[in-house]
Amino acid sequence: MWRFIWIRLLQAIPVIFVVITATFFLIRKAPGGPFDAEKPVIPSVKRALEAKYNLDQSMWEQYVSYIAGLFRGDMGPSFKYPGWQVEDLIASGLPITAELGFYALLVALAVGVIAGVIAALKPNTAQDYIPMSLAMIGICMPTFMLGPLLVLLFGIHLEWLPISGWGDLPGDKILPSITLGAAYAAYVARLSRGGMLEIMSQDYIRTARAKGLPERVVVIKHAMRGGLIPVVTFLGPAFAGLLAGSFVVETIFQIPGLGRFYVQAAFNRDYTMILGTTIFLSVLIVMFNLLSDMLAMWMNPRLRQQVSGKR
Amino acid sequence: MDESALATTSLRETLVSRATNESSQVKQFEKGTSLWADAWIRLKKNKMAIASLYVLLALITLCVLTPWISPYGYEEQNLNLGAIPPSIAHWFGTDVFGRDLLTRVLYGGRVSLTVGFIATSVALFIGVLWGTISGYLGGRIDIVMMRIVDILYALPFIIFIILLMVVFGRSMLLLFMAIGAVEWLTMARIVRGQVLGIRRQEYIEAALSMGLSTPTILRRHVIPNTLGPVIVYATLTIPQVMLLEAFLSFLGLGIQPPQSSWGLLISYGAETMEDYPWMLIFPGLALSITLFSLNFLGDGLRDALDPKASKD
Repeated sequence: MWRFIWIRLLQAIPVIFVVITATFFLIRKAPGGPFDAEKPVIPSVKRALEAKYNLDQSMWEQYVSYIAGLFRGDMGPSFKYPGWQVEDLIASGLPITAELGFYALLVALAVGVIAGVIAALKPNTAQDYIPMSLAMIGICMPTFMLGPLLVLLFGIHLEWLPISGWGDLPGDKILPSITLGAAYAAYVARLSRGGMLEIMSQDYIRTARAKGLPERVVVIKHAMRGGLIPVVTFLGPAFAGLLAGSFVVETIFQIPGLGRFYVQAAFNRDYTMILGTTIFLSVLIVMFNLLSDMLAMWMNPRLRQQVSGKR
Repeated sequence: MDESALATTSLRETLVSRATNESSQVKQFEKGTSLWADAWIRLKKNKMAIASLYVLLALITLCVLTPWISPYGYEEQNLNLGAIPPSIAHWFGTDVFGRDLLTRVLYGGRVSLTVGFIATSVALFIGVLWGTISGYLGGRIDIVMMRIVDILYALPFIIFIILLMVVFGRSMLLLFMAIGAVEWLTMARIVRGQVLGIRRQEYIEAALSMGLSTPTILRRHVIPNTLGPVIVYATLTIPQVMLLEAFLSFLGLGIQPPQSSWGLLISYGAETMEDYPWMLIFPGLALSITLFSLNFLGDGLRDALDPKASKD
């Protein structure tokens, strides 16, 4: 088990290194410097600015000093927000995005698991078809479509909920969380239905029933632990998807989170900001994949044995 | 099952009748069609999948024929008209410039569908080639090639595509390549799994003993037999790709005006939905129906072509 974790951690290091290097050199290849703004800058000022941001050094010197900076937690100054360090901008947006992602995940898991398990208990009946058809609609309704529709319905027509902001008005966190969570609720529902169907036909479920356990205990205590493994394995990739979704949701609802910063940086060609956020998000995604793998192993004793049994 | 039956027949034919290379190919091809016919019969029983197929065909035909059948031009403005709700003259209504929305949705569909099909083809090409070579050659080459896939898998690609669009500007060609370059990974894994099974079949041994070269064996014997799962996965990749394109266009990082796509139209619609909700609803409906149909068709094809694969 520990060996597996170590191997995976060691594998993550080159991946992260590749990301940093590729991003760094790609950004340097980008046309148009950060100071080629609307107004042309006086050459002497431009030189001074370039010296300040180390742009006058050779590519390799810049690369080495950037990597050295990373180890000190220094991602350099933002080009578009003067006086701000990239790491400070990330730190200000992260809690908001994390909170949004957490609520969305709660929505996805609560709705998805309940729908999937209910559907799996009576396969090929109305109890199965109705939640699964809804799930299919959820998958085919992209976030950037669902968000505006929900705003139109609950925000503008019914006037039940605020349509933008985060933590400014009561209830303004509800629509963004549902919008972001909906597509994942649908995936989770399909995965948990599939997993549960397979587990419910296993011998140990029959044994549990034969012991005279009530059906509720059989489902919740015996079947769900195994049946939800596909959902746990999905959590890693889902995290990356949630981040991408947060770009859209934060844009629609004007939430000052990491996703909105990233999209704006991409628009403004704020190179240090893009570089910093890309590296930060990549490391986060790699780490979450690792975490979801470990969680899946903890839930599935057979997989655990297989890994520790090797050598 | 079908594969191994096919394999033994083909082997017997090759060895017993001492047929030439070419005629054995023809025989195998005949058997192949019966496999496809079999799948078609199974697919026809799936009402949802067939309905989806017709919806898609109708949609594609409409999108392709738009320039000739639409009474309005794509950029044809009518500023006096402004934005009006759906009417008999304009079924989907018009936008603020008085442009016919139905025409724009169909033109946007051309772009969205093209991106879907071309990017999927790119993924298909790289994935099948990579997976076939890796699975067939095996050994150290296989390990190295699959390790590369593993490493690429761990990379956060959404972010990389955005990065590429920022660095190299927003071009259609780049969009195809970037999306295709992401989607081939799963394809390579699926194909490799298939090839590992095919490699051990007797007909490969027969082909080897006849002295066929490796590229010929791959082209004529291995790749055709991986087609079932490949087609299924490709059908399921197209909606993912279209969603990705729409996502990028919505953020303003994908297709650029004056070109249009469903993602871009939805993005405009979302901006003006308070006053002109039809501008959001119709492009969104077009995208959702297409994604819905492609997913149902993909599920149906999976059941028809690959009965062993479990649903989900």
